[in-house]
Amino acid sequence: MKKRFSLKSILLTASAVCAFQLSASSYAVDSIHFLIPGGAGGGWDGTARGTGEALTKSGIVKQASYENMSGGGGGKAIGYLIENAKSNQDTLMVNSTPIVIRSLTKVFPQNFRDLTMVAGTIGDYAAFVVDKDSPYKSFSDVVDSFKSDPKKVAIGGGSVPGGMDHLVAAMAFQAAGEDPIKVKYIAYDAGGKAMASLLSGEISVLSTGLSEAIALADAGEVRILATTAPERIPAAPNAKTLKEQGVDTQFVNWRGFFAAPGISQEKRQQYITALNKMYETPEWEAVRARNGWVNIYNPGDDFTVFLEDQEKVIGDLMRKLGFL
Amino acid sequence: MLEGLMIGLSTALSLEMLLMVIGGCLIGTFIGMLPGLGPMSIIAIMIPVAISIGDPAAALILLAGVYYGAIFGGSTSSILINAPGVAGTVATSFDGYPMARAGKAGKALTIAAVASFCGGTVGAILLMGFAPMLASVALLFHSAEYFALMVVGLSAIAAFAGNGQVTKALAMTLLGLMLATVGESALFNMPRFTYGMLNLQSGIGFITLAMAMFALPEALFLILDPSRSKSSSEQQQAIKNLRISKQEAKSIAPVVGRQSVLGFLIGVLPGAGATIASFLGYAVERNLNTNSKDVEFGKGSIKGLAAPETANNAACTGSFVPLLTLGIPGSGTTAILLGALIALNVTPGPRLMVDQPAIFWSVIISMYIGNLVLLILNLPLIPYIAKILTVPRAYLIPFILFFTLMGVYIGQNNAVELMILIVLGVLATIFRFAGYPLAPLLIGFILGPMLENNFSRSVQLFDGISFLWERPMTGGLLAIALLLVLLPTCRHWLEQRKKAITANS
Repeated sequence: MKKRFSLKSILLTASAVCAFQLSASSYAVDSIHFLIPGGAGGGWDGTARGTGEALTKSGIVKQASYENMSGGGGGKAIGYLIENAKSNQDTLMVNSTPIVIRSLTKVFPQNFRDLTMVAGTIGDYAAFVVDKDSPYKSFSDVVDSFKSDPKKVAIGGGSVPGGMDHLVAAMAFQAAGEDPIKVKYIAYDAGGKAMASLLSGEISVLSTGLSEAIALADAGEVRILATTAPERIPAAPNAKTLKEQGVDTQFVNWRGFFAAPGISQEKRQQYITALNKMYETPEWEAVRARNGWVNIYNPGDDFTVFLEDQEKVIGDLMRKLGFL
Repeated sequence: MLEGLMIGLSTALSLEMLLMVIGGCLIGTFIGMLPGLGPMSIIAIMIPVAISIGDPAAALILLAGVYYGAIFGGSTSSILINAPGVAGTVATSFDGYPMARAGKAGKALTIAAVASFCGGTVGAILLMGFAPMLASVALLFHSAEYFALMVVGLSAIAAFAGNGQVTKALAMTLLGLMLATVGESALFNMPRFTYGMLNLQSGIGFITLAMAMFALPEALFLILDPSRSKSSSEQQQAIKNLRISKQEAKSIAPVVGRQSVLGFLIGVLPGAGATIASFLGYAVERNLNTNSKDVEFGKGSIKGLAAPETANNAACTGSFVPLLTLGIPGSGTTAILLGALIALNVTPGPRLMVDQPAIFWSVIISMYIGNLVLLILNLPLIPYIAKILTVPRAYLIPFILFFTLMGVYIGQNNAVELMILIVLGVLATIFRFAGYPLAPLLIGFILGPMLENNFSRSVQLFDGISFLWERPMTGGLLAIALLLVLLPTCRHWLEQRKKAITANS
């Protein structure tokens, strides 16, 4: 369930504007208008407001404003930005992996190529989690059990079939040499409910985001079997990657920013410079730590290459699974 | 445990903490009265404030105060203007609003306050004594049982199927279930029934539908039928009257007692929560209400008001069990609270009680204090709040319309929602003229997605519908649902027969 409200946005905008009427003119960008394709309180909202907070408080950007435009699974905001490109030169739209998935499934007609790709800023790897008393000790135990009877291995997640949690599971089994179509994926409407059903024994493996998995593992109820990171990450030194366990696949759920189509190369560079500077600031570190985000910086053309690659991997898999 | 309790008491009873509770309760109550802002949004608004306090115990106490205040404030708009802003208070309006219409707004608000207090307090005591033990209860239910529980919740509809309206009530329930399928669902990759309209992609909003079904037709009826809002000076006095008679207190006491425990247990289940608890409480009490001298349920019964109010507050407290003992958020609100806890470097879970007893216990103690403070703060305010209804019609109607429209817009920041509201509102008004009950539609709409998702998950897990007989608890719950629907009908039939026999002899 998503609840939205505008009071918070007014307060935050006001405080962001009031607090930093600095006289210095050394801003990388004068003002940024953040377009948020979902309601207040969600992941996109937090990313945009957190980034805006760090940029203004550290004096990189003079002022930031925010606009929530929900509807159409994010499609409404994308359409708006494309149609009104000329009057939105100062706008940055936040988005994440679903823009790739949803344009593949034609939830909206546009895709990321219709926008100016600025940078991927943060991300979260995926993870497979089991109950602390589970007989599975490694990812290959799960694969073995899958080999004997795929129907016995119920994998749950907090996204729809064909959504991220499902695709990651299918991807991992495909990389382990199994048939991804046979993966028995059980969808829950929220991560918390999927977690409860893991503990109650309804599902045997949970596919979820790594930062969420770390919080759960810290509570002592579950074990992380594998992560989709390229190498072990400092926050969870004991969590083995899939690659270490002989399953050669990686996945990152990124969040990043897009500008209106056709903005000047110079303007795009300004945004990239501003974001680049942001990582060094204590203000960003405070925001990042508060939200438990992982810095995965992917600016400019690298971002384009990354997105095209992700689109190909996900597209191939979805075609195989019959979602396209 | 006693030692922890003392740590908690000494933390929660300091002047600073008491101020936090009082401040939180006040903020929560006033913002919670606005139909568009439920506990979840208000807590989300308050989180930056709470985090800036720094001390996790103080932050949590503030948020707990806001939470309770918001729940209480939410029932106020249900009772006074028939505008339930959150799903958990829909059942409150079933009898609360008829009471307010009958000029007993003050009494209705008092009963709601007292019932909430009892539900919350009993919940806090149960949480204090049995939280670690109850952690396993939270994991007892699988999707199959949740499906059966939703069926039990749907049996609350039977309350609106009286007087030969069974077909009408069922038709409205089906319509509600159908409306719930619009948009993207949790279990399907494709949006359904959106006809290519982007604005229907996320489905019909709960607040939009609730306002369209309840608040908007009510405001229109006030315009169409002037006699509905005429109030004599006598009634104006009664509106402010808070007193509950001894007899009334006696009749709601068992209801409150039962629903405190039942509501708490439903709240402990991560997939159920306050909404199911309130519908279930309403359905159960309606069936236990055999005393024909009492006012009928749905027509301003004090039992019908006390049951859902007690149950939803007890359930809110119950939802802290999985959060504090397992680290699992059972509802949207507790999910946001979990986020705040993690930001404050507190990891909820089985070790919380051992590692950070001061936090664990002060949260629980502050729940108790929060409930008490709420009652003390609100009882003197009720006459003033209730007085809203004595405002002349010419001012009251625009006021209701304003809050209805604002509530719908504020949730989504999307003007199309307003058009959906008006279309649905006009439809609802026509339904009311034709004598179709609107509550079953809303119940169907709320329970529909949970019913469907849990059913399809179970079918997927069991490769068929064998879970209906293979899992004894599922079968048991379904049998209870059947009983809840059939009992009143049988009772009615038996009475008719008895009458016929006595008339013959």
